[in-house]
Amino acid sequence: MSSALVPLPIVLPLLAAALTVVFGRFRVAQRITALAALGANVGISIALLVRADDVGVVTMDAGGWAAPLGITYVVDRLSAIMLVTSSLMLLVVLIYAIGQQGVKGIHVGFDPIYLVLAAGVSASFITGDMFNLFVAFEMMLAASYVLLTLGGRSDQIRAGMTYVVISLAASALFITALALLYSATGTVNMADLAERIPQLSDGVRTGFSLLLILVFGIKAGLFPLFFWLPDSYPTAPGPVTAIFAGLLTKVGVYAIIRTQTLLFPPESQQGTALLVIGGLTMVVGVLGALAQDDLKRLLSFHIVGQIGYMIFGLGLFTVAGVSAVVFYIVQTILVKTNLFLVAGLVDRHTGSSRVSVVGGIVRSAPVIAVFFAVPALSLAGLPPSSGFAGKFALLDAGVEAQQWWIVAVALLVSLLTLFSMTKIWAGAFWGEPESGDRAVIAPEGSEPRPSRGGPPLMVAATGITVALSIAYVVFAGPIYGLAERAGTDLMNPSVYIDAVFGSDR
Amino acid sequence: MRRSLIVAVSVRLLYPSIMVLSLYFLFAGHNQPGGGFVGGLAASGAISLRYVNGGVQAVRRSFRLQPWTILGSGLALSVGTAIFPMLLGGAILEHGTLKLHPPLLGEVKATSALPFDIGVYALVIGLALMIFEAFGDDLDDELEMIEPPTTPATSIREEYRPLSQHVPASMWLDDDEADDSDESGPDGRRNPGAVDA
Repeated sequence: MSSALVPLPIVLPLLAAALTVVFGRFRVAQRITALAALGANVGISIALLVRADDVGVVTMDAGGWAAPLGITYVVDRLSAIMLVTSSLMLLVVLIYAIGQQGVKGIHVGFDPIYLVLAAGVSASFITGDMFNLFVAFEMMLAASYVLLTLGGRSDQIRAGMTYVVISLAASALFITALALLYSATGTVNMADLAERIPQLSDGVRTGFSLLLILVFGIKAGLFPLFFWLPDSYPTAPGPVTAIFAGLLTKVGVYAIIRTQTLLFPPESQQGTALLVIGGLTMVVGVLGALAQDDLKRLLSFHIVGQIGYMIFGLGLFTVAGVSAVVFYIVQTILVKTNLFLVAGLVDRHTGSSRVSVVGGIVRSAPVIAVFFAVPALSLAGLPPSSGFAGKFALLDAGVEAQQWWIVAVALLVSLLTLFSMTKIWAGAFWGEPESGDRAVIAPEGSEPRPSRGGPPLMVAATGITVALSIAYVVFAGPIYGLAERAGTDLMNPSVYIDAVFGSDR
Repeated sequence: MRRSLIVAVSVRLLYPSIMVLSLYFLFAGHNQPGGGFVGGLAASGAISLRYVNGGVQAVRRSFRLQPWTILGSGLALSVGTAIFPMLLGGAILEHGTLKLHPPLLGEVKATSALPFDIGVYALVIGLALMIFEAFGDDLDDELEMIEPPTTPATSIREEYRPLSQHVPASMWLDDDEADDSDESGPDGRRNPGAVDA
């Protein structure tokens, strides 16, 4: 099924990026262009999701060149779900950024770069071509280098160096893997690869499978390769950290899901390896988080922990497992973005993001406390939050596949996550501000009347994410049905392959 | 900054020739070696020769438009060319060829890939100009501190527009704290043009 809508989520932000560069001197026009483009993207993504859920897979061949020759853009249910989530988050975080810095206060380069990031993220989800996936990653990474160091503080540059070097290393590995894949199979089109890889010998297939896990694992922050993440993310400006935390690692996870389920036949899927990596990632992430005091660093370690859950679900390689991952990944994007937006509000409200320093936010800004409580419970997986639904689905799939030990690890990590969240709650929200430091804690005169939490746009944007994650659990039934259909498609690659090659075969 | 006569004269000869070559690359590119990106790189090479000779001032005088205008409109043109076929009901990036037979000239071929390439060409040049704007100024200042400015060794006519029409590069390069607007003042903004003017 072909549709003209397919390439728009890539093209529209790029066009808007061009306009925001040209109109750089008119800040208001810049904001309006960026908001309009990302708003339109949300609409297009939803239209694509409806279409993809109707017909299964929507495709378009760039330049009218048919599949194995040209570059194909493919939107299946997983891509469409990811597109809708990412476009919503990009829009919300842009509103938050405008609220934080004022319409005229945002750096003139922010909008163009942010839009290029949006185009890169969309392109990663839409493309059906491995080399195009590389280009999409590069777009996203090049934009993220700038966003991470925007402001030019020395700690940003230091953290940015780590990030740039590790990303370049991963990209070099990625392009090498692509060259090897091409020399072995003679194609980089994903659907074509899916037909040719099964003809390779066992060892070569396993090698490719592991190589791709390694490449995308660096981006996703898997167990031995996550060290750069909690180091670099917290130094970026608040909204940028939120969007990185919410989206970038999940693009890596998406790439792992896509390549492992589509390209490799069941006998060379690395189920056990992924389960072990997933378990270790969970444990290391949550233990790292327990040791942290700075709110943003603590939440960054939780990003790593959450990635572990997704890899655990994928490692089962059952329809239930993969469906649970699809459900879980959206939930995590909502919750993670939300938590980092709240961390930005806390930072602004109290002047510090260290849990041991700040305190009493429940009294001084109840709105922030509510906005933190919802996603925190969700992250820990307590009912009736969206995190509970996601974790329940994952554990159910684990039990069904009789992988008892990973289910036990996941439950333990959940408990530790809850402990970590209560630590933040008790320290920053209930506890007294550290004595002798009161000047830092709250602005003068804000004690008698509770503050509204920050500039209206920032609070509103955070409120939207909270509302979305509540809506996610309210509509968990139909959404899980959608995720299940996506998971069924993923475990049956012929749906994707047939759609790409069209009806002429 | 003292200029060398040899460099000044060679740049004066080389700049237009390389520019013509880059235009050749641009137009030949759709089915021969070349294209917008390669052409843009060649043009950027020519611009960097001007930088070697006259510093960032000479680079600024080469183009009437602001660097970001060139970069942005280049990107807009390329993306626009990509979308255009979709408006006519085709696929994205689909292209067409037009063969004309005007009298005396024989066959003239025009492809819709050309506007795309022109966009890329402008994008690359715009980027090169912005790089010189961003990093070229410092070097200029340092050189001027070492050697006080003297009259150029040549009497090359200054036929370019005056520099006063330029918006200061600092508009793009200011160090606005993107994170903590609280620190920079009650309304959280600074006048970007005045930062390091």
